[in-house]
Amino acid sequence: MNALGLVSMRLCAGLMGHWSAVNLPFLRVSSGMTLSQIDEEVAKLLQFKAQLGGDEGKHVFVLKTAKGTRDYNPKQMAIREKVFNIIISCFKRHGAETIDTPVFELKETLTGKYGEDSKLIYDLKDQGGELLSLRYDLTVPFARYLAMNKITNIKRYHIAKVYRRDNPAMTRGRYREFYQCDFDIAGQYDAMIPDAECLKIVYEILNELDLGDFHIKVNDRRILDGMFAVCGVPDEKFRTICSTVDKLDKMAWEDVKKEMVNEKGLSEDVANRIGEYVSMQGGQDLAEQLLQDPKLSQNKQACAGLTDMKLLFSYLELFQVTDKVVFDLSLARGLDYYTGVIYEAILSQTIPAPAEQNGADEAAVSVGSVAGGGRYDGLVGMFDPKGRKVPCVGVSIGIERIFSIMEQKAETSSEKVRTTETQVLVASAQKNLLEERLKLTSELWNTGIKAEVLYKKNPKLLSQLQHCEETGIPLVAILGEQELKDGVVKLRNVASREEVDVPRADLVDEIKKRTL
Amino acid sequence: MNALGLVSTRLCAGLMCRRSAVNLSSLRFSSGMTLSHIDEEVAKLLQLKAQLGGDEGKHVFVLKTAKGTRDYNPKQMAIREKVFNIIISCFKRHGAETIDSPVFELKETLTGKYGEDSKLIYDLKDQGGELLSLRYDLTVPFARYLAMNKITNIKRYHIAKVYRRDNPAMTRGRYREFYQCDFDIAGQYDAMIPDAECLKIVYEILNELDLGDFRIKVNDRRILDGMFAVCGVPDEKFRTICSTVDKLDKMAWEDVKKEMVNEKGLSEDVADRIGEYVSMQGGQDLAERLLQDPKLSQNKQACAGLTDMKLLFSYLELFQVTDKVVFDLSLARGLDYYTGVIYEAILSQTIPALVSTPAEQNGADEAGVSVGSVAGGGRYDGKCPVWVSALGLRGSFPSWSRRPSHVIPE
Repeated sequence: MNALGLVSMRLCAGLMGHWSAVNLPFLRVSSGMTLSQIDEEVAKLLQFKAQLGGDEGKHVFVLKTAKGTRDYNPKQMAIREKVFNIIISCFKRHGAETIDTPVFELKETLTGKYGEDSKLIYDLKDQGGELLSLRYDLTVPFARYLAMNKITNIKRYHIAKVYRRDNPAMTRGRYREFYQCDFDIAGQYDAMIPDAECLKIVYEILNELDLGDFHIKVNDRRILDGMFAVCGVPDEKFRTICSTVDKLDKMAWEDVKKEMVNEKGLSEDVANRIGEYVSMQGGQDLAEQLLQDPKLSQNKQACAGLTDMKLLFSYLELFQVTDKVVFDLSLARGLDYYTGVIYEAILSQTIPAPAEQNGADEAAVSVGSVAGGGRYDGLVGMFDPKGRKVPCVGVSIGIERIFSIMEQKAETSSEKVRTTETQVLVASAQKNLLEERLKLTSELWNTGIKAEVLYKKNPKLLSQLQHCEETGIPLVAILGEQELKDGVVKLRNVASREEVDVPRADLVDEIKKRTL
Repeated sequence: MNALGLVSTRLCAGLMCRRSAVNLSSLRFSSGMTLSHIDEEVAKLLQLKAQLGGDEGKHVFVLKTAKGTRDYNPKQMAIREKVFNIIISCFKRHGAETIDSPVFELKETLTGKYGEDSKLIYDLKDQGGELLSLRYDLTVPFARYLAMNKITNIKRYHIAKVYRRDNPAMTRGRYREFYQCDFDIAGQYDAMIPDAECLKIVYEILNELDLGDFRIKVNDRRILDGMFAVCGVPDEKFRTICSTVDKLDKMAWEDVKKEMVNEKGLSEDVADRIGEYVSMQGGQDLAERLLQDPKLSQNKQACAGLTDMKLLFSYLELFQVTDKVVFDLSLARGLDYYTGVIYEAILSQTIPALVSTPAEQNGADEAGVSVGSVAGGGRYDGKCPVWVSALGLRGSFPSWSRRPSHVIPE
């Protein structure tokens, strides 16, 4: 160390009748360990702070969740469960396994992987053990998992919450704790087949979620890079021009061009050339057309990308999804770690979101975007001690966005969202029938019927019916003295109020029939 | 403020060719804010630390999960899914809803509720915003949720991971991140009906999970307290004698008695009287018999508890679960929080741990929980909604554990 640090601290504190003798010796720091001494001083200061009564000096039990987080109430959980079931069924249909990882990782695992986003990571307090941070996405844990277990081939999905300390001023309405839903295929395979399956999965999920019309844009990093090269963009400006092109989903070409020329320093000619390419959209035909393009065909990268794009579309044709997939040269999302094909799924009809419901839109994702992904062959190698490469292609479903949309749909729909699945309430109109009610309820449970009974010895029939109406229970099984003598149960349809006497022995079947 | 604090800090640092002019002016404090100054000084010191290159001065990439945590591989996930499906089907069969809450809470929400356990809470770093901590259980979030939403009646289950910074030296093999599975019925209802349903749910789940034979012990705090009173235990020793009685599932009566007499200061007579009661087990018949007991019948608390125990067993009879439920006067778990009935489910056959190293497979046994215990709960009636907590499942298979219930904040 060239220069020496001098740290001197003297601390005496006595406060509010609390005597705390915290006298720190004078410290001189020389070459060698200064870090632990700094830790010590910090600890002492924080201890002093605590003695002063913490941040507020008072303990008020505040009834709120942390900023950027929220509880899920039963209605939201019911919607969430429905969405997960659809998505997970699709993953399973395609033979995917699932894993789970801890909510926090060693800080060093996460550091350095996120570039300018690392200030958005939640750190855990240094409490004397390992330095930890909350996971920021599911991709780094995945890469660590593969490297740790020396896995070279896996098809896995992972649905879990991740954490980002977004600056509220910049990102109003953004949650700091939100779900991510990732699907990835890792392994060395023949070109474009797994990539095509990823797109087929996105297509299936969006269809089944019934969110209206959508389309999936695809592009390729090599095509973009090749295009920039033949247009005359200097190498070192590739990434920055890329992020400008990415704005085409939100800004008109005129403004995007302005940014390229005025802010990023491209000549107008170069910008115009880019403009011609990025306005192109099509399918397999466009890929073929560009392979004939005099300039692009001279660029090796672009050719590789275009050849693969042709191949991809031929598979997508076989998978019958080309009606919604478009090769779009303006797609430039998230290119930092993608190495090949990239794609983004966009809902055609954007249901406007109210202020509270803005979910967790990813940075730079256009409104209406519900899924995105691509091929990233270099990430796992970064984690592996020997640098072994494991090629990966995957997709992240924008599940918070989807929750938002489904919640809004539920609010505007006349159909109520049920928070329970109860099929029948066991009730009685007369007094002193608690035992009979409990007995019947237990019999129903024993056969797997979802049943409830009020926790009241002598409830009024009206309150029992009201409970059914409030929670959406479709049937009531009413017991009475006469019915018990006759060996029947009065089965009532809550909505239609129709009643029928059912022999006790047939009750289970009748309930099953009516509540398919 | 009576005395004034004087804090003086001077910091100059220049290091490793990087010049950081961090000259702090001398600070003198008077009555009023000193906290922000402290924050400032801490921040400057940490900045210096960062400039010095962090904790190690080198970046070695370590391929491991954090201590006390683990990944779930696809096989484990398949098992986990199977277990959750069985448990959740059961909850749904009984008309329960579910909620979810954030993984961290405001530190102040968690502070003060856990007594000596508060040093086991994971705090988040003070990064300039609210002070946060990872949730320690699902009970405090539940209480906060009820209070925030002014809910007085709910039947809810919540399955999620919780976080405890257990000291590895004390608790080898314990996970720091582990699942809890809670089921609670909150609300004012006629006596013992929801309590009986909780036990029916535990019974159904354990049957369907096919873990072999099990039994559910039930007792009641009022019966225990009444029993201690009539045996001659001084009031102030109730809680401590209780925790000694709780050891009967692991220790022989002789040793438990020794602890009561030698360590806790009871006379031998009193200990012997306790010994007669805590050896009793039975069903509705035992409750009836004890209601006739000359001493216990004079104690109001014990009578209330015993009357409810009779009622509970009549409902358990209707629910057809009495074959596995036993009224056991030696059950004394978690009595800090429970106010009425308490119960614990125990597997008869303990499946030995699968792997040699406890570190990997021993799940997350709570301290003091007998091996074989798979669920536990009880009734808490605070100033708020009444709670009946049915279930606490933890950790990996086959080792489970119970969870303590916690006091609802007012």
